[in-house]
Amino acid sequence: MSVASGALLEVRNLVKHFPAGGGVLARESGVVKAIDDVSFDIRRGETLGLVGESGCGKTTTGRCILQLERATSGRILFEGTDVTTLKGEALRDVRRRVQVIFQDPYASLNPRMTIGQILAEPLKVHGIVADPAAREARVQELLQQVGLLPQHARRYPHQLSGGQRQRVGVARALAMEPSLIVCDEPVSALDVSIQAQIINLLEDLQSRLGLTYLFIAHDLSVVRHISDRVAVMYLGKIVEIADRSALYEEPLHPYTRALLSAVPIPDPALEAKRERTVLRGEVPSALQPPPGCVFHPRCPLAVERCSAEIPPLREIKPGHWAACHLA
Amino acid sequence: MATLLEVRNLRTSFLTAAGVVRAVDGVSWDIQEGETVALVGESGCGKSVSALSIMRLVAPPAGRIESGEVVYKGRDLLKLSEAEMRRVRGREIAMIFQEPMTSLNPVLSIGRQLTEGLEIHSAMKPDQARARAIELLGMVGIPDAERRLAQFPHHFSGGMRQRMMIAMALACNPSLILADEPTTALDVTIQAQILELMRDLSRRLGVALLIITHNLGVVARYADRVNVMYAGRIIEQASATELYANPRHPYTLGLLRSVPRLDEPRRARLDPIDGQPPDLSRLPPGCAFAPRCAYRVERCAASAPPLEGVAERHTSACWESARLIKALAA
Repeated sequence: MSVASGALLEVRNLVKHFPAGGGVLARESGVVKAIDDVSFDIRRGETLGLVGESGCGKTTTGRCILQLERATSGRILFEGTDVTTLKGEALRDVRRRVQVIFQDPYASLNPRMTIGQILAEPLKVHGIVADPAAREARVQELLQQVGLLPQHARRYPHQLSGGQRQRVGVARALAMEPSLIVCDEPVSALDVSIQAQIINLLEDLQSRLGLTYLFIAHDLSVVRHISDRVAVMYLGKIVEIADRSALYEEPLHPYTRALLSAVPIPDPALEAKRERTVLRGEVPSALQPPPGCVFHPRCPLAVERCSAEIPPLREIKPGHWAACHLA
Repeated sequence: MATLLEVRNLRTSFLTAAGVVRAVDGVSWDIQEGETVALVGESGCGKSVSALSIMRLVAPPAGRIESGEVVYKGRDLLKLSEAEMRRVRGREIAMIFQEPMTSLNPVLSIGRQLTEGLEIHSAMKPDQARARAIELLGMVGIPDAERRLAQFPHHFSGGMRQRMMIAMALACNPSLILADEPTTALDVTIQAQILELMRDLSRRLGVALLIITHNLGVVARYADRVNVMYAGRIIEQASATELYANPRHPYTLGLLRSVPRLDEPRRARLDPIDGQPPDLSRLPPGCAFAPRCAYRVERCAASAPPLEGVAERHTSACWESARLIKALAA
């Protein structure tokens, strides 16, 4: 893919392998190819949705960008600087500007700290607001930005509801005044009536603060709502990437089509008429991915070539890329 | 069709640090033979506790079924002795749980977990039970059943484990299966496989199905009738087609409106339900949904609306359901 102008983040040929093999005594017996040659851009101010099923590598991609995992190879350029080689102060600086919102707000908040302490700590650690009184004021401002009340600062995570906890997760990410936020399944642990609140909040903050999001999720309806562009991952590879409307209205990859058809629609009359492509089989092991196109064993359209030759990600229409021999 | 199960005024409570919490608060619903009924609602609304109460699996001393009746094939299950109840579980009513990994025994082979129930409940000889286990795995689409019997749950993927749970539920030919969020832990494409499988089996074997879920899409495709729960009570009951076309409770309407839909043009903003789900230990007087409700009037804070008929075979617990219809029509 050519370097798009205005890209905040450029991921180039990213590969992440994990050693497979059990225990201390077992010898390393192979590698899990969690991410296998992935490239994409995120433009300044946009939301890129990253969808796929469990084990497809979407979360690992996010963790590599955050430098919570070191890439096996490939480059991750944030504002033009390759973060994969950074250390010390330079890495700390990037980590401040690339923040994360995790799926489970309960597991990602320290149960022994009050909300106020949770929000003040990064401000102190990164030396952003040194003065305690000013820090207090900043905490109040953050609470207000995410729709929480001043008194929430004195509460502990267990005293808040799931939706309120995720608001704290959002506030903690905002505290660092980041330019990019990796949102890893930020609403999937929440109740349906609360999901929409958090999505609206993320959208409001984006337009107000000019944020850029990488939105990792498995819920295709939510991803369509929030994303400008969408990338679909399967078994460590991006199989399709396009503008939101192109991807949802004219999906080119058979996997994308199957994913879309698997989403049930809350309308019995429509559902009764709807034809479904139920994919056969399950996602193969990333320890031994199938030869050729990784999707071919489950693909309803597969031909001989698909099991022999790896389809490259090609630009089939302007801005619409798919990795399929038949697209 | 005859009524298979009728739940009447069921009340189940738990003793917690915050006092007595009524997780299920006077709930009535039924299932006809072979029918698929859904209990829909968000976490803490009492949908899972309803199923556990039917099976009498609410753990004492904290949990207690306070009152009500669970009439199954003419007998009130709440009046049976524990020994009689054991003959109902598995043989008459089976259960499928959300997380198959935690509900399977990790140190027993797949084969043993299937045959154990058959030998105890259906008094089968080991070789009969083994043959039935192979047949069951075939029914739920697990290939290579003979070899699979010797394997353990950790050899199975999430989707295969849920197939295995379905096989265990079907083992003793029950008339009713209670499925508690059967596909929530699964990926979308596997979710579709499991739901289609459950529907096919339920039709083929004439088994009635209670699907407990928070996913309105799943309900639309698979349920004949729907009960919507909020804070321990049923707030709306109707056939699936009627409920989606004419919701008569502000909470149901809010749920339907808050989810983005793939079949509709993308909206600029989502319409969430305001506020937070209620804390069951501190429920407001009156309607539990009132603090979050856009149609709230003074009366709602004072007294809880009863579940009343609003159309044929359609009930709603809302003082303002008539106004809701007008608002929707406008």
